[in-house]
Formats: sequence, C-alpha cells, structure tokens
Amino acid sequence: MPIITYREALRSAMDEEMARDENVILLGEEVGQYDGAYKVSQGLLDKYGPKRVIDTPITEEGFTGVGIGAAMAGLRPIVEWMTFNFSIMALDQVINNAAKMRYMSGGQFKVPIVFRGPNGPAEYLAAQHSQALQTLFVHIPGLKVVAPATPYDAKGLLKSAIRDDNPVVFLEGELMYAWKGEVPEEEYLIPIGKADIKRQGSDVTIITYSKPLRIVEQAAQELEKQGIQAEIVDLRSLRPLDQETIFNSVKKTNRCVIVDESWPMVSVASHVGWMVSKFCFDYLDAPVELVTSEDVPMPYNHKLELAAQPSVEKVINAVKKVLYI
Amino acid sequence: MSRIFPVEKYQKDFLLKLLRDMVLIRRVEEKAGQMYGLQKIGGFCHLYIGQEAVATGSIAAIDLTKDYVLTTYRDHGHALVCGMDPGVLMAELFGKVTGCAKGKGGSMHLFDVENHMYGGHGIVGSHIPLATGVALKIKYKEEDGVVLCYFGDGAIHQGAFHESLNMAKIWNLPIVYICENNQYGMGTNYQRVSSVHDFYIMSNSYGIPGKQVDGMNVLEVYEETKKAVKQAREEGLPSFLEIKTYRYRGHSMSDPAKYRTREELEEYRQQDPILLLKNAMVEKNIITEEEYKKIDDECKVIANQAVEFAEKSEEPPLESLYEDVLA
Repeated sequence: MPIITYREALRSAMDEEMARDENVILLGEEVGQYDGAYKVSQGLLDKYGPKRVIDTPITEEGFTGVGIGAAMAGLRPIVEWMTFNFSIMALDQVINNAAKMRYMSGGQFKVPIVFRGPNGPAEYLAAQHSQALQTLFVHIPGLKVVAPATPYDAKGLLKSAIRDDNPVVFLEGELMYAWKGEVPEEEYLIPIGKADIKRQGSDVTIITYSKPLRIVEQAAQELEKQGIQAEIVDLRSLRPLDQETIFNSVKKTNRCVIVDESWPMVSVASHVGWMVSKFCFDYLDAPVELVTSEDVPMPYNHKLELAAQPSVEKVINAVKKVLYI
Repeated sequence: MSRIFPVEKYQKDFLLKLLRDMVLIRRVEEKAGQMYGLQKIGGFCHLYIGQEAVATGSIAAIDLTKDYVLTTYRDHGHALVCGMDPGVLMAELFGKVTGCAKGKGGSMHLFDVENHMYGGHGIVGSHIPLATGVALKIKYKEEDGVVLCYFGDGAIHQGAFHESLNMAKIWNLPIVYICENNQYGMGTNYQRVSSVHDFYIMSNSYGIPGKQVDGMNVLEVYEETKKAVKQAREEGLPSFLEIKTYRYRGHSMSDPAKYRTREELEEYRQQDPILLLKNAMVEKNIITEEEYKKIDDECKVIANQAVEFAEKSEEPPLESLYEDVLA
C-alpha cells in the first residue's frame, strides 16, 4: 500500500471529490496561487482553475458566510481556515448561520459545507496561534466535528465530510501534515461518527483523538515494556460521538484515561469523562483520569510550551494512577 | 419633500399590485401587533409598518423564479411580497406547526425556499455574507439570477457588510445591497453613531455605485431597484441602494419609542407610502376612493383569515423538538 503524508491524503480527498462533483469548490486565504499556506491545496488551482479554487481576502467572517450562503443555494463548498485561531473571527457565521439554518427554517435548507484547517498548537507560535478550539464547535447542535489522526482516516473522513449534507468542522494539525501512513489507491470512505481502536489491550483504555494519538501510542509502547497492555480508542469523530465503542472498551479494561490537547474545563475530555463515569460506573475499578493541556494560554518558550501540553510521561503517569501503581 | 408619482406611465394592474401588496402588509402587520398584545405571539416581533414601499417596490423589480431575497428579522413584509401565504406567516408567528418553519423560527425567521425567500435572519448584518454567497452560486452556475440583500441602518457598521461588498466587487457578483435606513438602530438615531450620514456613499469605497432612494415612494424604489437589478443581471455587477424610510412603530413590540418626538412621527405619517400612491392614482383617475376602500377591506379580511388559520392550527408535536437539527 502506498505511504503518503497526512497533507497528501487531504489533498487527494479534495481532488477526488472535486473531480466527482462539480458543486464542490474550495475557498480561503492562499488556497490558490500560493498553493495553500500549508500546501494542502497544492496543484488544485492548476487542475480546477480559479472558478473552483478561490483565493479570498483576509476576511474570515465574510468568506465563511459566503461559503454558507453558497451551500444553502446548492453548492458544496470547502472553506479553508488558514488556522482555527482565525476561525474565531468567523464563529458567528458557523454558530448562528451554518448550525441553525436547517432547524430555524423548519427543515427547508441543507447546509453541505466543510470548514477545515489546522487546529491546536504547533511550535514556538505563542498564545494567539496555538489553540485547540474544538470545544467551541463540539458544543453546538447542528454541526458535525471530525478530528482524524492518521493519513488513512484523514482521507476517508474528508471525503465523507464533503459528501455530508450538514456543516462539518474538520480539525487538522500543522505538525500532523508531514505525518506518513498507508493509504490505499482505491477509493474508500470512513463514516462520520465511528471511533477506531488503534491498539488492542486489556488493562486500560486510553481515549484520544487528533495529534495526541502519537504520544499515546508511544506511551502504550513504553507501558507494554512494563507489562501493561493499553487499548487505544481514537474517537475520530467528536460530534457525533461513538459511545458504543468507548463504553465497550472501558467495560473490557475497567480503567480509563482520556488524553486531549485542549484545555481541561468543559472539554471533550471532561464530557467523555463524565459519560464514562456515568454509563460505565459499575465497570470502573478507578476514577477516570484526564490528561489535557495546562489551564493557561500557550507560552512562546519551548520548554514552557511543551510543559503546557500532554506528554508521553503525563500519559504514563495517568495510566499508572488508574492502575494504582 | 416634493415627490413625483408618474402613475400614468404604468399599467393599472401593476399599480394595483403595488398598492395591494402594501395594504396587505399594513393590515397583516396591524393584526400581528394586536395578536402580540393578546399574547398570541411571543418574543421579539418587529413590525414593518411605514416601510412597506421598500419591500414592495424592490421585489416588484425581480423575478423570484430565478432571483433571491435575504433580509433581516423585520421580515414579514418581504415574505408576503415574495408570496408567502398570510395564514402560513401568521401561524409561524403563533408558533404553530402550519407555520413556514413549523413553528420553530417565529417572527424573525421566516423562510420560503420555494419562493426564493432565504430568510429572516436575526443577527444584525450576519446574513449579508450569506446573500453574497447565494450570488456566488448564481455566478458559479452561470445562472441569470440576482440577489436582493436587505438590512437596516444598524447593520452598516458591521464588518460583515464591508467584507461582503469587497468580495462582491472583486468577484463581480450579481447582488443588490439594500440598506433600509429607517433612521433608528433600535433606539439610536443613525446620525449619532455614524461618521457619515449619507450611507449611499459608503459603497464607493469598494468601487460599487451607491444611490439614495426615497423609501416612501414605491415607484422610485421600483425604478431604482430595476436599474440596479439590470446591471447585476446583464453585467454581473453589484450595487448599493440606501433607501430612506421610517417605521411608525417601535423597534420591536416592547419598544415604546421614547427616543423620538410625536411631531417627527406625525411628519412621516403625512408621507405615508400607501396614501401617497393611492392619492396619485386617485388624482389621475386610475382608481376611485371606493375601489381603494374595497382593496383595503379585502386585505383586512385576509388578515383576519390568517389569524383564524393560525388560531385553529396545532402546536408542533413534542417529538419535533429533535427534528431538523441535521439533514
């Protein structure tokens, strides 16, 4: 099977869907002539032309709303936010328009649109450019939220997101764009709303998604050396959440650690932690542990920014805590 | 203000339609106001009384089989002129399942996708990019349509307005932005919060022609919109109209409108858009007072029937709470 990067997987998903459906367009800052701020859309302008790959001004609220209006009228836009930090400028459009249009019109509209771009911290970017903002979107009924961690998942989920008749917020990661993995040449789709067991294990369930999957996998390898078999549940989809896969794993291992690179308060981690505590109460042998970013804005200094985020060591410590070792 | 009403230039049927549309809005809105007082309608209810000529004259200049309308929460007039059944409209205000949005939208969120009435939007200025996106779709699909995007004077300082005009110009989108300047953003006179007092010049900053229009003169609204629509349809160019108008009622039903004088209100009532057209038609012997009375009576009956329909309609079933969140 060919090995490609996460970036190439996303590009190939957009390429295939644009070839398949002429209603699919891509718009955002630097997506065309510049080939994408992170080169995700490289080559698409040459292939599909400026009518379908549209460079926008730096106008996040404006071009996000333009995409939503075009979706209401029948197109299937992909809106690229250069990073999710700038999506905050467009939150009104996503929350008040994209997420509400179908409900408040009594079902008269579909809003088939994808909002995608890098979310979460990279390196040395300081407070305004290093935020994991998924909670803002996961909170909102009327949206779907997807956060793939591998090139294979990224391609299959982006294709599903583009074909979905609802607004889908698609979370990528700057540091993930260069990650490599196996992606088949033949076409495939991954349904939104299905978690994936990335590693089988019997002693503890570690639930994560997006970029922290890597450190969780490293932690699981370390733990294996110590005789601890960790099962890794990759959520992939944050809204809807695959409760069945989560609960089945925890019921098997009886212990649960949740690793989430966003802040701890009112987060995906805290919500999943509550769900597991409530619905797997009789199966748990220890309180659920969360590993999140520290409850501070991101500092610039590298030592400090690493300390602010989940790490292999923090995951191992949390696992040992739920195992009482 | 002296106004010209060259009614003799138009077909009688066309003039009657304008007159009737405005009277229907007036009578339905008065009924909505009454029903609000009786607590049949809750929440926010923004009446269009006084502004009827704007929606009526401008929508008369488009073809809703291919053109689109997006507006604000003061949307009852636009919905009626776009062809929404008054009973369906009133049922929505009553929160009934027979309403256009099955009782889930209410006064501020009237939608009629069949008639290309794309809302009914509650956040000031937030729908201006949406309308621009509908225009992008028209251009992308190489269709013949035009978008009319309405908003109030309060929206003019929102970033969404400025961002949208810039994009409409760089992409040459077929859209007419219409600022219904009723002179008060809620309780604040526009002159108190605007660096310029003639809004129509603002679009020039984006290379888009702007024009100020008398919103009490339905024929002027029609003619100016027609020109702008022609430019959008034939040349794919956006334009901007500032239509000066006035609302007789408060911002919403809960607003006693103490920020303006009785004299000011009376001055505008003397320039009522319905009476101005009617008087011009009577003067030129196009209709008689009796014929006008008949139109008015018919509209009162329709408004009453709309209320009866809304009253008799069912509440939405509880399980509909969970419907239409996602497609």
